[in-house]
Formats: sequence, C-alpha cells, structure tokens
Amino acid sequence: MSDANVTGRNELEALRGRLEATRGREYWRSLESLVETPEFKQYLHREFPQNASEWLDPVGRRSFLKLMGASLALAGVSACTRQPDEEIIPYVRQPEEEVPGKPLFFATAMPMNGAGIGLLVESHEGRPTKVEGNPDHPSSRGATDLFAQASILGLYDPDRSRNITNLGDIRPFSALTIALQDPLKAQEASQGASIRILTETVASPTLGAQMREFLTRFPQAKWIQWEPAGRHNARAGSQLAFGEYVDAQYAIEKADVILSLDADFLCTGSSGIRHSRAFASRRRLEGNQAGLNRLYAVESDATNTGSRADHRLPLKASEIEAVARAVASRLGVGGVGDPTVPQAAMRWIEPLVKDLQANRGKSLVIAGDGQPAIVHALAHAMNDTLGNVGATVTYTQTAEVRPMDQRAALKELVDDMNAGKVTVLVILGGNPVYTAPVDLKFADAMQKVALRVQVGLYEDETAALCHWHISEAHYLESWSDVRADDGTVTIIQPLIAPLYGGRSAHEVMAALSGAEKTGYDLVRGYWMSPGAASGTGTIALPAPPPAANAPAAPPPRAGAAPTAAPAPPAAAPTAAPAPPAAAPAAAASQFDRQWRQWLHDGVVPNTAFTPKTVAVKANFAAQTPARAAAQGLEAMFRPDSTIHDGRFTNNAWLQELPKSLTKLTWDNAALISPGTADRLRLISGDVVELKQGGRSLRIPVWLSPGQAPDTVTLHLGYGRTRAGRAGNNTGFNVNGLRTLDAQDILQGVELTKTGETYELACTQDHWSLEGRNLVRVATKTQYDADPGFAQKMEEGERRQLSMYWQPYKYEGYAWGMTIDQNVCTGCNACVVACVAENNVPVVGKAQVLNGREMHWLRVDRYYTGDIENPDTYHQPMPCQQCENASCEVVCPVAATTHSDEGLNDMVYNRCVGTRYCSNNCPYKVRRFNFLLYQDWDTQSLWPMRNPDVTVRSRGVMEKCTYCVQRISQARIAAKLDDRQIRDGEILTACQAACPTNAIVFGNINDPGSQVSRLKSSPRNYTLLAELNNRPRTSYLALVRNPNTELEPAQAATDGEAR
Amino acid sequence: MPQIFRRSANTLSKVSIFGLLSLFGGLILLAIVLARSSYVTRQHIFVEQPLQFSHMHHVTDDGIDCRYCHTSVETSSFAGIPPTKTCMNCHSVLFANAAFLEPVRASFRDNRPLHWVRVHDLPDFVYFNHSIHIKKGVGCETCHGRVDQMPLIYQQNSLLMEWCIDCHRNPAPNLRPREEITTMGYRPVKDQAELGPELMKAYDVNPPTSCSTCHR
Repeated sequence: MSDANVTGRNELEALRGRLEATRGREYWRSLESLVETPEFKQYLHREFPQNASEWLDPVGRRSFLKLMGASLALAGVSACTRQPDEEIIPYVRQPEEEVPGKPLFFATAMPMNGAGIGLLVESHEGRPTKVEGNPDHPSSRGATDLFAQASILGLYDPDRSRNITNLGDIRPFSALTIALQDPLKAQEASQGASIRILTETVASPTLGAQMREFLTRFPQAKWIQWEPAGRHNARAGSQLAFGEYVDAQYAIEKADVILSLDADFLCTGSSGIRHSRAFASRRRLEGNQAGLNRLYAVESDATNTGSRADHRLPLKASEIEAVARAVASRLGVGGVGDPTVPQAAMRWIEPLVKDLQANRGKSLVIAGDGQPAIVHALAHAMNDTLGNVGATVTYTQTAEVRPMDQRAALKELVDDMNAGKVTVLVILGGNPVYTAPVDLKFADAMQKVALRVQVGLYEDETAALCHWHISEAHYLESWSDVRADDGTVTIIQPLIAPLYGGRSAHEVMAALSGAEKTGYDLVRGYWMSPGAASGTGTIALPAPPPAANAPAAPPPRAGAAPTAAPAPPAAAPTAAPAPPAAAPAAAASQFDRQWRQWLHDGVVPNTAFTPKTVAVKANFAAQTPARAAAQGLEAMFRPDSTIHDGRFTNNAWLQELPKSLTKLTWDNAALISPGTADRLRLISGDVVELKQGGRSLRIPVWLSPGQAPDTVTLHLGYGRTRAGRAGNNTGFNVNGLRTLDAQDILQGVELTKTGETYELACTQDHWSLEGRNLVRVATKTQYDADPGFAQKMEEGERRQLSMYWQPYKYEGYAWGMTIDQNVCTGCNACVVACVAENNVPVVGKAQVLNGREMHWLRVDRYYTGDIENPDTYHQPMPCQQCENASCEVVCPVAATTHSDEGLNDMVYNRCVGTRYCSNNCPYKVRRFNFLLYQDWDTQSLWPMRNPDVTVRSRGVMEKCTYCVQRISQARIAAKLDDRQIRDGEILTACQAACPTNAIVFGNINDPGSQVSRLKSSPRNYTLLAELNNRPRTSYLALVRNPNTELEPAQAATDGEAR
Repeated sequence: MPQIFRRSANTLSKVSIFGLLSLFGGLILLAIVLARSSYVTRQHIFVEQPLQFSHMHHVTDDGIDCRYCHTSVETSSFAGIPPTKTCMNCHSVLFANAAFLEPVRASFRDNRPLHWVRVHDLPDFVYFNHSIHIKKGVGCETCHGRVDQMPLIYQQNSLLMEWCIDCHRNPAPNLRPREEITTMGYRPVKDQAELGPELMKAYDVNPPTSCSTCHR
C-alpha cells in the first residue's frame, strides 16, 4: 500500500504530547491530517487528487487512438442526434387512485432483527422508488435508518436469487410441495422428531401462528431461531435478573442522566430511531423545557452513542462488567461484590454515582448487546434501585414471538444433525453456513441431513449446500406482519408483485403443511381469527382460524372504503388474484373496513404491549462469578454499521457508505487504538494475523481514535464468497474466529504482523477544508454565560460585500437550511436517503481510492483532544447553497446559475465538465462524473430510479440541490390550491430520514418558519463566513453538558472559548 | 530565378482563405439550422401509431372534451393517455366489429396494453408539468395546436427551450380564461393585449425562469 493512509510511529509520539492540551482548540479529521502527510495536503489543496481526472485503466496506445479518432469524428454530431422514439404504454384498466405522474404512498414495515420499523413507501406507477418513515408508527415517527433506505436497492438487486432450484435445476413451486409431502408423511409416525426448522428471529404474529400450527402437527419437531447479531445477551440478562424474557422499553426523553454500558443505543437496533429522537429532544436547546441531559458512556470501541456522550471512557469490553458491578454496589444493589476497577475508571465512578443518585427516577442505565448477560442484569438492578422502573424504563414482553436461548438452540441443532437425528432441515431466511459460530462446524453438520431446504433472497453460502433453494420474496414484495419493539403490529403489504417470483416464509410454511396458499390469505386469515387483533400473545398465540373462517376474500380495492389506500396495483393481481366477490357477511365487511384502515395507517391500533411488573431476583449477581480480568489483546465482534451481519453485503449503497466513525468503505478492518498500534509497531493498512485457540485470521488494521487500549474490533458481514457481484470478496471474514462462547468478546488473542499491507478505501481526508473553526463547541456553563459564542469564533472579519449596487432581493420564497450538530448522531441515514432520492451512483472501491465518491451529502467527522479518547463531532455537509456562490461566477457555460429563490441550480445538460466550479468551491461539495458511474445497462435497476431526478452521465458535474424536485412539486401543489407553501410542507430527503430532526429546511423569508427561528438562534453560524459566500445552510453550534466534577469548568473555558 | 507561384496562386489563396472561413461559418450555420429543423425537433412530423387514431374525428365529429381521455391533465404533470378501458366505453358498442379497431379489442381482451409512440417528447432532463399550465390559463391549443383539425396527431410547435422561455418571459399573449382551456379555435372576446395582463393578474401568473424550474 502507498503511504496514503499511514501514520508513522514517530510522528504519533510527537503528536500525543501536542494533543493533550488542545481539546476544543484543534479539530482534526484523521491522524494523517494531524501529521500533515503529503497525501493529506494533496487532498487539502486539490479538490480531487492528482490523476483523478485521468483514466488509469490500461488502454493500449492503439485503442486509445481509435477511441480518440472516433470521438473526434463524432464530437460535433452528438448534439444533433434525434432523440430515440419513445413509447407511451397506458394501462388496459387503470387502477383507481392511480394518477400517472403522481406517486402513491403505501404503509408497510421493514422487519429486521426481531422487530419492525414502520415505513411509507413511495410508488411511481407501481414501482417502489423511495422509503420514508411512517409518522404514525412508534418506532419510526417519520424517520428511518440507513438499512430501510437502502432496502430499495435490495429489492431491485440484480443478483437476487431468481428461481426455485433443486440441486441446481429450476423447478416450479409445486414440485417442492410434492417433494416435501413424502418425507413429511414419513415423519408423522415419529411426530416429526427429525424435522428442524431454522429461522431468523421471528416477530411476525402470523408466522408464529403458522409455526405453532406446524408444531401441533409435529410435536417432536423443533423450531430454532438464529440471529448472528441478535439480542442474545439482553435476553439472557433478562432471564438472569427477572427469571423471564422481557424487553426493556426506555423513555430516554425522561432521563436526565444516562449511563451507557457499551450500548450504542442511538444508532443500532430497531429502537435506535426512537431512542435517537427521544435523546435529541433533551439535547436541543430550543424548546427543550426539561433541560439538557447528560450521557456517560463506558465503551470498548468508538460508537455513535459514544460520540454524543458528555463523558466517555474507553475500556476493554471485559472490564466493563467490573465497572458495572462497582457502580451497582455503590448504588446499593446487593450481592454484586466490589471488584477491582480498572485504573482509568477510578476517577469516574464517584462523580457518576453521585450524579445518578441525585437523579433518582430521572436516570437510566443501558447495557449494550455486546456485553454479557450479567451486565444487562446489573443494569436492570441499577434501574430498579434508582427508582427508574415505571419512570424512565418499563418492561414488556418481547416483540419476537418466541424468545429463546438461540445459541443453545443452534448448538443443540448441530449436535442433533451430527448425531443423525435430523432428516429434514428447513431454513427460512438467514445464512447460517456463513454466520454460525465457527466451532460448531455448521456446514459439515448440515450436510449430514437428508433433505435440506433453504428459503433466501440470495443463492448464498447456505444455498450452495442445500438440496432445495427457494427464492424468497423481499419484504416489499410480500404480505406479512411484524411487531415493533413496543409491540405495535404493522401489516406488511407488498409494493410490487415479486420481481423474480419469490415466495414468502408464510407461503413456504403453508406448503410444508401441504396447502398452497397466498401470503395475502394467510396473513389476512390470521388477523380475521378471533383474538388476533387484541394481540397480546407472545407465547400464548391464538389458535389458527378454522379453514371455513378464511375465505378467499376480495383484494382490498378502493371505493368501498375511501379513506383507506388500496393494495398496490402491481401487487394486487398476483398477491390476491381472487375476483371481487360479494361480501360474505356483515362481520366480514366490518373486518374489511378495519383491515383497510390497518393497511392505510400502517399500524394495528391497540397492539402495543402493556407494561409488565417484574421483580429483580435477589442475589442474581452473586450466582454469576465476576469475570476474571484477562491479560492480552481482546477482540470484539460487532455488526457492521453499514452492512450489518452480512445480509446487506451485496448492497452497494451501503458498501460505499463511509462508516460513521472510521469512514472506511467497501472493507472492514481490525480497529485498534493508536496507543496499542504504537506498542505493537503497527500502522493503518498493515495486515496482521490474529490467532486464538488454533484459529487464525488475516486482516489489515486501522487506527481508530477512541478505541479501548488492547482491543481489536472486528466487524461482521465481510469476506463473503457468494454474496453477489458487489459484495463478493470485499473485506475479511471475521466469523473464522467467532466461536459459540466468544460471540461478542474473544480474549487472549495473539497478534502478529505479517509484513504485508492492504489498501483500504477511506474517505476521511477527502474533501477536507483546512481547519478553520468549522466545528464550534462550548460547555453548558460557557453557553449560559455567552450564548453567542459560536458567532464570535469567526476566522476573519465578516463582510457584507456585494458586486452590485443593489443586491438581489429575494421576494417570495428563499430556501434555507439549518443543521443542529448538537443532535446529530452521525447515523448516516441522511446520506443513504440522499442517494436513493437523487439517483446518486455508486463508484466502487477503486474510484473511492481516487477520491471520486459521488455522495452529495457527506458527514464530516471531527476529533478533538486526547488521541486515545477524543471528543468526536459529526458535521453533515451538503451543498451550502451560497448566495454569493463562488462556483457560479467561474462557469464558462452558465451551467450553474442562481435561482430566484436562492438555490444554486445545476444544469446537467449545459455542463461541459470544466470542473472550474468544484475547483472554486470552498466547501468541496461538488461531485464530478469522471466516468460513466451510473449503471445504464442493468435493466432491473431502471425502475428503481427516481423519475423526478435526471440520471446523470459521464462528464457532468453534480451536487446537492436541496431536493429541488420536491420544492417544485410543493410549489405546483400550492399554486394549484391557490395558497402559499406551508412551513414543513417540503422535507428534503435527508431531513425526512433524520431520526433526530437535526436538519430543518424551509423559507427563510417567512419569520415564523421553523428554519427562520433556528437561524435566529445565537448558536447559529455559517461555515467560512469570512469568505462572504453567505451560505443558505447554517449550523447550530454544539453545547456539551459535562459534569463539573469530572471536567472542571475553568479548564474547559480556557480551552474552548477564545 | 523563376517564380515559384504563378499568378493564379493569388486567387487560389484568397479563395481558400475565404472558402475555409465561409465553410466553418456555414457549418456552424448548418448546425444551428439543423438543430431547429423539423428533422431534430419533429415539428409537423406524423408518426406511425399502432392504430391510426384520429383526434379530428373524436373532437370535431364527436365533440368529446380533451379531459374525457386525458384525465390527469389538471392534477398531474402527465396529462394521461387513456387506458384501453376508456376506448371500450364507447367502442364496445360503436364500431364494435370494425376491423380497424381490432388492436383495441385485442388489448382489452388479452389485457395487453397498446404501445403508442410518443409524439410530444421532451428530453429526459426536462420536467414539464401540465397541471400548473392549465391552472394558469394556458390552453391545450396554445401548445398542441388545432388538434381538432389533425386526423393524425403531430407536434405543432418546436418544443425548443427558446419557445418555452418566450412564453415564460411574456405569458400574456398566450393566456385565456380557464373556461376556455380546452376550446379549439379559441378567439378572445376582447383584445388579447388587454385580456392577457388582466388574466395574468387574476390567475397570479408569474412564471419562474430559473433553470431549476424545468431542469433538475
């Protein structure tokens, strides 16, 4: 590897001293920027690195001349070509509600990890193109996470499995039904003793009922759930503390003091959006009556939650239990012992305990999924002791239908398979061959099973070893249902008929029972059954409805119930082919109305769980011996922040998304702290061999400030061999070290340097702005003394110069945006939302290495202070839409001009690609199509694109437009109604996705608009104001709320206010 | 020493210099003319359709309003091409056995849509919205011409950007009362020079001319 991403050892040592005292004074994006390597300077001074504009792929001289000759000859002609003939293909029978040219929105939900997130999906003439959050859904409240945004690409992924195959031969679904009948019949005598069904965590009441029905028919059969990045520890912790499975529901908005024990509760899991929003409500300074909260984070690696913490303590994952015990014992939890606490935590514990105790009933302790059960149990006990139960935390049953010890269940399955006790194995979703713990040797055991059936979205590693593979219907293609983490049920309705004829898990389960039923009938049938809608039952599922009660009901069509949206037109014919029959009975028609209302709203009312009263068992902690402190290097396994556990490995949007904190793309790496790297004589990009218990793994290291010393974070999901064309052979498969007993923490890892290096594509130095007070931070005390601190931190004089005698007056609308950095968690949902909305292309790893990534919106991450535990800040960076835009004046062809509403318009069809504009942009937000990045040939991607945004070609500059297509639509809609555009009517794609409402967009000419009010906040400042660019995008400065006992106010004042 | 160039070389050099200049000029002129020619703009060009549908017959002979078929013209960016069902509303009874209409019946019978060839085809980087133009009093005829006199539909205007911009800069001559939107052969009741500005005021016509109005 070149020296590009490398920081030399000696330089690090020099740095450390320099940084100790610089908190708040110096903000840096990467270690390279600190030591000012030549490569960093190149990124700084040239917007695109040298040679970025050259095609370095090997093209021979002859072919080059041929190409040049041909392009010269054709250069003039291209402008004169006629457009190709286009066709208009109208409907034969146009569905009601469908207005060509106007999108419809359908409520559905995305199931993941045993819970669902409610969504509204935009559909253009039956083609889903964009996902938005469902404001009525408790887990979403209108926002989404990056996985939901990227699921659109997942739907249209050309590498998805397209067929039902038996040993590689394409077969019809009926052939599977027939093939299964005999083996299942043979099982009836033994009551299914050798049948196993393996699923992911199931949160679908219908599938749960189907399982129960199947298990009634085969009482000896077993249902196993396996989730590689599941909530196993949380479940085990709940067993330990309460003796039953319950889910903790946090009311973060009510908590004044929060202690996170290695929990990335803001950005992971299905409650992440809800938690982020609640956290932000106590973090913003405008309209926050309850005051700022304070977050303490003890964590083993750098997480988004940690970056928002007022006090962050990096500790080895295995040491956090000791801290939890120490805090618990001081809070008065009995029988926890008082273990020795790591040196680093000593100073911390007293002030923390004091703060927690001062906020009884208003505090909260949250344990992370990567921490062992005992830490979860201790957190429950602490919340109990602090009187938080019923206030900031309540307990309910779990959203998953049947919580179980998944690790034990999987082990038992493997043992059974090895013992030859299994003859039929049905895998409904998931990829256990890749994800199962390495020591179980799942693949070997599985091959001892006589009949192996897999249902999956891809022909993946597991499919390769199965007799039958059934292409699974994507959640946007199938009928299903799912519970949110608080219990609220959403009926998942399809947006489109299965593109590749996929089947849902419901349909396959029905086929196992010998009945070919549509998913629609199955889901609707379940909800028609008495008791289903009252829906409390997690364990006690209602009996399946008798067959007579589930008639082939008419597909929901508009007309009868005008308030309800109809089933999507594209899906209805396939999903529910029954003709509109006469309504059978009065009861059914009432159900029909209800059903349509559920579909329309995206939630089934009154299905949220009621809180349960649970008591913490006495002395649970004493029964679990404290973990002995282990020496040596420790590895942590964590789901990747972009591709999760490997299910999104082939999603190029997520692969190219820079990870929140490392800004790596297309790869994973072993993250180590700079100090540890120094000790081990490692630099970023060095390939190391990690060894433990006879297993080994080769992986490059990456220096990650904020990582706990002597730890290595390994992210799941990479190194797959059968993921698809985007995901194959990206990164390194860390599952090779992940054993059953060390799913989260692996101790005693040996690290040896191999001497090889590996090139990692990291974007942290791309688009750097030479550090000029871009991030502005004060403590609460400083803010109270001087709320306008941010505006006093301008680099130079702020001028209001204009070339014109009379500066242009914006009458009518003037669009502007504010970004509140105080609530931004850096979760990246906005970036993927922007990609989906604006048809932003993916460029691939080689192009990212050239600095050619195309994201219109980037999230800059800045560090300040101690290199081992820096404060971390996120700064989303879209086009600043300057009023005196420096890009506009240099364009020789007027391809970028100013609109009368203050936008910097970018006219693709005029652009000739001089790149003068990006050269002159001080914010470095312009992106150039150096090559033909957009995939024009893959047909399955055509319907995915947003028809309201031009698909750009090679040689064209592009940038954030403030989602001008949404502005245009709103403007026309308002004019049609003879009114003004209302405040909040236009949501930019990034704003709509944002879980914390950090991004606010609106008319700054309207003094009552939310954006105007935020712009008048004393925290409001613009970047590089001294350049007189007058950006329309402004930022709200950060205010930290540290505990003065841990961070004396005076010292901070010296450091930060100038 | 004999002269290298003959006298004729003088003429030859002059001719070649001016010839080359005028050749380049001519080429540029040709490009300008070509880009505005009906070959490129498709103005006044008839298109072969799967079924030679006559607007003249349906509008003039039958008196059907534009909006009977182009239903979404007032609400959507796209005016809408009628589904086969709309044709069959009448043609299940009228000319029910005409061989000419077999493609329509086949479409309805087999549930296979008709494939019409687009006549008014803007480039893909242009976003035009019908509804707002209707709302502001731009008649169908203003852009599409006398559809009632077109046995086969063709493009009346060039649809070049200069043509759009002309009207966006000065819409008054092209406005008509909303009641007359679909009227073919519309004649203003009073002088357009007077009516235009009045309508501009009444309908709050203030067409934007920023690039992002149409390009995005």
